[in-house]
Amino acid sequence: MKILVCVKQVPDTNTKVQVKADKSGIETNGIKWVLNPYDEFAVEEAIKLRDANAGSQLFVVTLGPKARVVDTLRTALAMGADEAMVVDAPESIDNHATAKALAAVITKEGPFDMVFTGKLAIDDQQGAVTQMIADFAKMPHASVISKFTKNDTVSTVEREVEGGSKEMIEIKGPFVLGANKGLNTPRYASLPGIMKAKKKTVKEFTLSDLGVSDSDIKVKISNFSMPAERAPVNMISGEAAAQVATLSKLLREEAKVL
Amino acid sequence: MANILVSIEHTAGKIKSPSLELLTAAKKSGMTVIGVSLGAGSKTAAAEAGKYGATKVYAFEDAALDNYNSELYFNAYKQVIDEAKPEVVLGTGSSSQKDLLPKLAATFSSGVVADATELSIANGKVTTKKPMYSGKCLATAEFVNSPIQFVSMRPNQLSVDAPADGSAEVIEKSVSGTDMRIAIKEIVKGASKRLDLTEANIIVSGGRGLKEAANFKLLEDLADVLGASVGASRAVVDAGWVPHSMQVGQTGKTVAPSLYIAAGISGAIQHLAGMSTSKVIVAINTDPEAPIFQKATYGIVGDATQVLPLLTEEFKKMLS
Ligand SMILES: Cc1cc2nc3c(=O)[nH]c(=O)nc-3n(C[C@H](O)[C@H](O)[C@H](O)COP(=O)(O)OP(=O)(O)OC[C@H]3O[C@@H](n4cnc5c(N)ncnc54)[C@H](O)[C@@H]3O)c2cc1C
Repeated sequence: MKILVCVKQVPDTNTKVQVKADKSGIETNGIKWVLNPYDEFAVEEAIKLRDANAGSQLFVVTLGPKARVVDTLRTALAMGADEAMVVDAPESIDNHATAKALAAVITKEGPFDMVFTGKLAIDDQQGAVTQMIADFAKMPHASVISKFTKNDTVSTVEREVEGGSKEMIEIKGPFVLGANKGLNTPRYASLPGIMKAKKKTVKEFTLSDLGVSDSDIKVKISNFSMPAERAPVNMISGEAAAQVATLSKLLREEAKVL
Repeated sequence: MANILVSIEHTAGKIKSPSLELLTAAKKSGMTVIGVSLGAGSKTAAAEAGKYGATKVYAFEDAALDNYNSELYFNAYKQVIDEAKPEVVLGTGSSSQKDLLPKLAATFSSGVVADATELSIANGKVTTKKPMYSGKCLATAEFVNSPIQFVSMRPNQLSVDAPADGSAEVIEKSVSGTDMRIAIKEIVKGASKRLDLTEANIIVSGGRGLKEAANFKLLEDLADVLGASVGASRAVVDAGWVPHSMQVGQTGKTVAPSLYIAAGISGAIQHLAGMSTSKVIVAINTDPEAPIFQKATYGIVGDATQVLPLLTEEFKKMLS
């Protein structure tokens, strides 16, 4: 079995975001870059499958500024991926161009029996690449997956929808799955894993190798700004009963939300 | 005149409010408003859409489409887009629309913006604002080289016009799948009968300061009185008190209700990322230095397990 995981490098969730003076994006100086949290579930699921199916091979691919994002591939390799690939691309390319490039990797390096992604990257929070890869690669998909059971012809997945409801879906491979929290508990990289990952050669692609050009970018994101400052907090003092009475009055008469 | 296609989501024929928001925005765009509705009750919803400015609605009156199936929904929408040739497609922020729109965008060599919080359409050109890094900052997203502009809007962001005279031509459609690779076997309903966090107008949320899982009952009681939904911090999700579907934050749900009550939540950066654009924030915390107070509108320093029942009683009196 041949498995591919698509991963993205994102700023650590602890990052205090600052917008650049020219508003073209965020200040990246001093940011700690990490593997997108949802992609950790994707990598873990793929490792478990690889290990449960003798002779399987696990590939991981990322897209972004090569020199920086290659670190994220090392994280996935250290967790247990076998082979790694990077598509060198500027930060600014959109989900359409990204998915097109990744689908081209699937064609070039495939066929893959299954492709995993995270359900969403926590930076731009579009949650679109999974479905777009599936469309370009002509594979069915299911995203926001919290359970996966592989069978020979038809696999079963659990997809989370509104209000904690779950859809039990049967899906015929090869397919693309977007991982959600709950799918598994991602492992930490082992020390030998980290050493091995350092030495691994990473296969490189450019966007033009993959037939992706500027006209494949369909959405431009610009004019970054910080959210409006909130007014200072009104601390309500007094005994609990008085605090509660005051709060209820303020919510109704001042804030007018009740 | 150019066409704008609006997804009309409904419950047994009654149009859901996020779709009414989209219809209102579409009407304001000056484009010809076309709708698409799927599932049992589609024709009723289609006719209703006429009162909100739709001139034509494609209705797939078929109970097999009551629940989302990515392949069947895709086939239905593709059929409609091929026929109506819209330049803009507006979808809601529902789980099915978020799944569907990107796939359609890929098929039509187009771009998609998900989770937009502002929308303006001038001469058929769409400009959106969307939160980045779960609302740590905002940005403008616009389309280039995109024959169709696909946008899914976060609910509760746009106004809804009152219904007016008007009727839509209802075009009945059907869809079938051949060579299907996906089948929905079962839908397990969530335990909660409340609105999903992303749609809720009021959210009461609890953290580790509630001390034990059983104290979430205090939030449930308050939510009952307010018609609110219940959220949580990651700390209590990880502790197994409540399911992940209730987590608010950068690795949970991003929410922006008009009222967010945070009880026993410290206000870690990852939690704030998911809720700091709420209109009014109330924080209840024993620690006056807790970071949540920096984002709060109103603060109460106190023990949440004591304050919550008092609040429930107070609101009960006030709202009765
Ligand atoms: C990669 C990553 C992603 C994350 N994603 C998220 C996310 O999406 N959402 C999220 O919420 N967190 C997230 N976190 C975790 C986050 O950093 C915090 O650990 C978490 O939000 C803390 O939850 P808490 O406020 O309930 O608990 P604590 O930080 O322990 O705070 C408890 C608060 O309760 C107060 N308190 C104690 N007793 C009482 C009482 N009787 N009455 C009132 N107040 C009381 C305390 O003063 C304290 O402020 C993430 C962390 C990482 C590393």
